[in-house]
Amino acid sequence: MLEQTAAENMEAKLNDEINTIGKSRSLWADAWHRLVQDKIAVSCLIIVGLYALVALLSGLGLIAADWSQEVGPSYAPPFENWDYILGTDLFGRSVLTKVIHGTQVAMSVGLVSSLIAIPIGVALGALAGYFGGWVDEVIVWFYTTVSSIPGIMLLMSIAFILGKGITTVYIALGLTSWVGLCRLIRGEVMKHKNREYVQAASAIGAGHPRKLIKHIIPNVTHIVIIFTSLQFQVAIKSEVILSYLGIGVSGQPSWGTMIDDAKLELAREVWWQLAGATVAMFVVVLAFNILGDALRDALDPKLKGKS
Amino acid sequence: MSNNWNYIIRRILYLIPVLLGVCFLVFILFNVTAGDPVLMLLGKHGSPEQAAALREQLGLNQSWFMQYVDVVKSAFTFDFGRSWSTKQEISSMIAHGAIPSLTLSLPAFFLSTVTSILFALLVAFYRGKGIDLFIRVTCIAMMSISSLVYILVFQYLLAYKWGLFEISGYEFGFPNFIYYVLLPIIIWVILSLGPDIRFYRTLILDEIYQDYVRTARAKGLTEKKILFKHVLRNAMIPIVTYTVVQLPFLLLGALLLESFFSIPGLGGMTINALNSSDFPVLKAITILSAIAYIVFTLIQDIIYTIVDPRVKLQ
Repeated sequence: MLEQTAAENMEAKLNDEINTIGKSRSLWADAWHRLVQDKIAVSCLIIVGLYALVALLSGLGLIAADWSQEVGPSYAPPFENWDYILGTDLFGRSVLTKVIHGTQVAMSVGLVSSLIAIPIGVALGALAGYFGGWVDEVIVWFYTTVSSIPGIMLLMSIAFILGKGITTVYIALGLTSWVGLCRLIRGEVMKHKNREYVQAASAIGAGHPRKLIKHIIPNVTHIVIIFTSLQFQVAIKSEVILSYLGIGVSGQPSWGTMIDDAKLELAREVWWQLAGATVAMFVVVLAFNILGDALRDALDPKLKGKS
Repeated sequence: MSNNWNYIIRRILYLIPVLLGVCFLVFILFNVTAGDPVLMLLGKHGSPEQAAALREQLGLNQSWFMQYVDVVKSAFTFDFGRSWSTKQEISSMIAHGAIPSLTLSLPAFFLSTVTSILFALLVAFYRGKGIDLFIRVTCIAMMSISSLVYILVFQYLLAYKWGLFEISGYEFGFPNFIYYVLLPIIIWVILSLGPDIRFYRTLILDEIYQDYVRTARAKGLTEKKILFKHVLRNAMIPIVTYTVVQLPFLLLGALLLESFFSIPGLGGMTINALNSSDFPVLKAITILSAIAYIVFTLIQDIIYTIVDPRVKLQ
């Protein structure tokens, strides 16, 4: 009887142990766990989520669709009327509505430029790192060439050639920001290609495409996630510069055009359009900045505490 | 040592394919995809004969290959022809514009580098304490505001409203130019503090966790002595190499600052060229800044091998 209980105990213990091993966290779950423990990072994630929601609702036309409507007198100051709580611009349009529409523009600029830069950077970086040899040399030559031209010159040239408009902003920012990602992916793929798990894949007959796409690339996606978080804030800030240069978004309000309008407005003591766009931008760019750092710490613990 | 020379020579030869690549990009951008500039230059009233004559004059009726050769030739001879809008020699425009740019960028760069390194040493010294956190948070917050907002607000408050500085403009000659570049310099320093402090802090912290620091601490040196005598000296290697690659960008000045404060430097010139579709000037600035970047990266590499004997070249 006693022996039986002891045996049962042993079995229960063993089961427990097996369960814990079975439940051990994957890389992603582990990173997620580390991220949610960081309260500031979680707040940033929520802020980014809220901005994305506002952008989505505005994109679907559910809010701020009437940004072009005249709701009050020209340059009405803020906090005086509920219809235009943040004041109005030259044409009597509500600044709040314009800020909301600007959120849609800003988030879409970050998203689309990332969607352009990521395939280019990952594909070129992975090919260069995996195959080495002349493929590597050609790709390294290509990105050295592109990065030799100062970013702002390349951005301006591409935007100038494509002409004004939001599509231009997407393409120009996408085509100028893949180099850093490509370099990182190349280095990481080089490290991975000789690891045991890739050799194991070779041993069971996996070809190059399978090893690269199915085995190596999933192991370097953390770089893409960190890149995206930083790319959003770079893109949002660059949109302002392009607007100032007169090659940015046109025909719809964006934070960049609102800030650019302040060139003439400040002398007339009209500060609310500048303030509205700047505060909206500050919060989301700050969130992306902190989130980028937190993501790097969570996904790439080697780098922790370095910056 | 011969190994080092081999590397340096190969590294110099590598400049050629990269420069040819830059020329190719410039050619693709401005000669192939930019559309026909003749229509822009002549406006609505140009006749087909005028257009043909202008095309001939600008060398646009040549084959793609010959046009590419022209771009390459200009990169090696520094002869970029004449501006389409001002009709001046571009090389003399650039030589003329470099002076105002440098009067703004050199002092600004020096000031911002020194201040950032001092702050970085401070936060490294108090790492993990309240002041470190405070400065780091301030840096990220400062980086989250558009540079255009800094320029607008500072110009409005300090120059327009309170009259402390010149609103815009430029005068040649010492000491007249100082009044005009003072405010742009202040804005430049404020703009670079955020990213620079963060970057230098990383470099210094990289050193602080090295074994030699532990040894120094073990033999009883004070934290201050370790930081200034040991850590700073070793961190100087990456700091110097980082500042060297930034030098070519100083020549370009600050595009935004120059155009905003009407300083007649290279940055302002670039933006004027952009606004008047002045292709030759844009091409020249793009090629020249790329050459400067390539050359200074080379210098950076060479300095790196000289000051840090641990670096093995291959």
